[in-house]
Amino acid sequence: MATTSAGFDPRVLRAPHPVPGAPDNWRRFFTFNTDAKVIGIQYIALALVYFLVGGLLAMIMRGELITPEADLVDPSVYNGLYTMHGTVMLFLFMFPILNGLNNLLIPPMIGAPDMAFPRLNALAFWLFPVFGTLLMLSFLVPGGPSTSGWWAYPPLSTQNPLGLLLNGQFLWILAVALSGISSILGAVNFVTTILRMRAPGMGWFRMPIFCWTAAAAQIIQLVGLPVLTGGAVMLLFDLSFGTSFYRPEGGGDPMLYQHFFWFYSHPAVYVMALPVFGIFSELFPVYARKPLFGYEAVALASFAITGLSLIVWVHHMFYSGTPQWMRNLFMATTMLIAVPTGIKVFAWIATLWRGRLRLTTAMLFCLGGLINFIFAGITGVMLATVPVDIHVGNTYFVVGHFHYVIFNTLCFGVFAAIYHWFPKFTGRLMYEGLGKLHFVLTFVGSTLNFLPMHWAGLMGMPRRVASYDPEFALANVLASLGAFLLGVAMIPFLLNLVSSWVRGARASANPWDAIGLEWLLPSPPPLENFGHDVPTVIHGPYGYGLERPLVEHEERYLARNRGEEA
Amino acid sequence: MRAALLITAGLLADLALSLWMAAQVPHWLPVQASSAAPHVDGLFALETGIGTFLFAGCVAVILWTVLMRRAPKYDLENGDPIEGNLTLEIIWTVLPLLTVSLITWQAMRVNATLASLGGKQRVGGGAEAVQVSAAATTTAAPAGGDGQPAYGPVQVIARQWSWEFVYPGGVRSTELHLPVNRPAQLELVSLDVLHGFYVPAFRLKQDLIPGSVIGYRLTPTREGRYRLRDSMFSGAYFASNQTDVVVESGPDFAGWLEQAARLPLRPSRNAAHELHTRRLQRGDRGWATVPPAEPPLVHVDLDPNAAHEG
Repeated sequence: MATTSAGFDPRVLRAPHPVPGAPDNWRRFFTFNTDAKVIGIQYIALALVYFLVGGLLAMIMRGELITPEADLVDPSVYNGLYTMHGTVMLFLFMFPILNGLNNLLIPPMIGAPDMAFPRLNALAFWLFPVFGTLLMLSFLVPGGPSTSGWWAYPPLSTQNPLGLLLNGQFLWILAVALSGISSILGAVNFVTTILRMRAPGMGWFRMPIFCWTAAAAQIIQLVGLPVLTGGAVMLLFDLSFGTSFYRPEGGGDPMLYQHFFWFYSHPAVYVMALPVFGIFSELFPVYARKPLFGYEAVALASFAITGLSLIVWVHHMFYSGTPQWMRNLFMATTMLIAVPTGIKVFAWIATLWRGRLRLTTAMLFCLGGLINFIFAGITGVMLATVPVDIHVGNTYFVVGHFHYVIFNTLCFGVFAAIYHWFPKFTGRLMYEGLGKLHFVLTFVGSTLNFLPMHWAGLMGMPRRVASYDPEFALANVLASLGAFLLGVAMIPFLLNLVSSWVRGARASANPWDAIGLEWLLPSPPPLENFGHDVPTVIHGPYGYGLERPLVEHEERYLARNRGEEA
Repeated sequence: MRAALLITAGLLADLALSLWMAAQVPHWLPVQASSAAPHVDGLFALETGIGTFLFAGCVAVILWTVLMRRAPKYDLENGDPIEGNLTLEIIWTVLPLLTVSLITWQAMRVNATLASLGGKQRVGGGAEAVQVSAAATTTAAPAGGDGQPAYGPVQVIARQWSWEFVYPGGVRSTELHLPVNRPAQLELVSLDVLHGFYVPAFRLKQDLIPGSVIGYRLTPTREGRYRLRDSMFSGAYFASNQTDVVVESGPDFAGWLEQAARLPLRPSRNAAHELHTRRLQRGDRGWATVPPAEPPLVHVDLDPNAAHEG
């Protein structure tokens, strides 16, 4: 313990567990449990439920858009569907599922027994069903849910047609603000845990990249979220209590909201992307059987992305009357993000080079995600240049780009993470055949869904329309077919999750032959992971083929796992 | 030797593919109908070329490793334990930096050439915005960058959900008529929420912001009829809020203006109004929306049957 370089405080281990003796069966997932591994699974399971809700909303939208006329639902209903689709997918699926992975992975990866603040952790989770339910309830209030888009730009979002105090927009703002509070609580926890609770010997440059990216992402939450939450509260006051922060008639300015919104909501994409870059950096070495190429550069690039992500937000406002000098400035900062991102992409490709590739389901999702991400990066650079953005901004080109990032890259990474770490935290292996079917359907469906959108956008089809001119019909029919295929792709995935958890083959401690502290623990890891027996880290991660131990007395941990499995 | 030959051949094939892709750009875009369009398309073609080179190169390497370096089943061997290569890492930091700098520099040059955005004047709200922009239409439009006198200013008024255009002299229409090859000065005003003035064939887009009067300048270069779409989400009937821009020769435009002035002001046909009326007839089902604003009174209404290019 004396050799620690991370300021590790051994008293943490001796502190009594806040909720000792929580039931060790399925009921624990429905309690205020403070075990990070329980909370992680709570987050992931509930997020997947909302993933289905968001996907269902998307399929109704694609049903409407399969023909040019608005003929399936009323246009106001379409607007509510797309608003809720975006909100559900971001605030009720993507953020929570990544928080779930953070909870599962960070403590075992750094050898910590739990999160730094277990009660705060449980509180952050239990806010999630609260704001999730609030958002779902908004479907039932008079006038329906918010129909102003997930940006909720005023003055549209403050029009309140029925004049009631309780309306969909009100509930929407409340849910987003609560989600912000929950995320801030989570961020405090993740950052503290990574800073203060690393195993002895685990200096910054011996930390797994996933923890680097989690720290980089959660720092964005701490810096950016207060701005969005403040902006949302002002919007709530404009909507319900007659203030005029954003009302020109009262001396306000609607543009102010756009600055507040994008100051957080652009970096928010990196809050979601960075952990997935971490997942790629963890998985490529395992399945290519090689060390991560340029570990230090990949680690530091995460913080370069964090820094740059906070100074690019005006690129969402190039056509909002932004003066020329400001457009040029923000174009330049946005373009710079391509450099640290490029470092990561090239490092992953170099990690594959001369490897011995094992094409498991997790690896297939990583490879598919990587190829999609290169494409998304290129369309991202196009969107960063002002003149091109002025043509394709607010068109389907942006919808295509955004979904190539959020679905075709980040969601692919999340699927990969689930297939990779499922055995570790459930003790069961997933079925590879169903997994590969899931991958093929997802890759074909997502390409069919989101690739033609770029073309529709270049031809001038605005986003968020419930009807469109007939010249865009072909692209939209293809996109709709792709969307329905993505719906079908969920069947083998859910079947796989449920049946392998219930009756899948028992997983060993290290089924993928991977290197990392979490793989030195049994599957599933015991409460408080290593307990009092925290290993001392003596080498960096990803030592594939280097014939070096990760920790002191590695044989002892391996022998213990073999003993338990025997 | 063989490897070097293979890599050279690969790079040449990649280059050929990139040039071919860049040449395909015009097929993916609407016709070019403004002085801005060739510049925007040129920049997009440059980015398509560079992007294709990068994408095809990366994907080729990935597929190569997937095909050639797959571990056989039950193989427990590791790959080559390469931890990094500083030279390579410096190269792939510096080269992208140079590439994006080149693109940024080129984009800034195009920006300076377009310079469509004029002044922005803050006002209290809808009525005041109309007064200020109307006052602008009585003064002569400033000359364009090339010294050519601009036509206008034309007042562009957006509502939930209609477009109205007021020309110097007082003619009003719901389709925008402009003379070809002459800069046009527009004054953009919104009376309720954010809207977006977007003509894909012009490759130009500018938001209309309540509380601001925004000056905007563009030069149509091709006669024809093009779609003008609302590009900033504006509520229930957002998708129906589109009209046409008609670009005509100077004499044709003058003739149209003269003829329009003789026509009486009539309520315009309005898609949002029709949809809303139908909704009310069917029992007002759907989620809450403000009712559409009264359709503007105009001399010339949009021809609903005319075909548009782009």
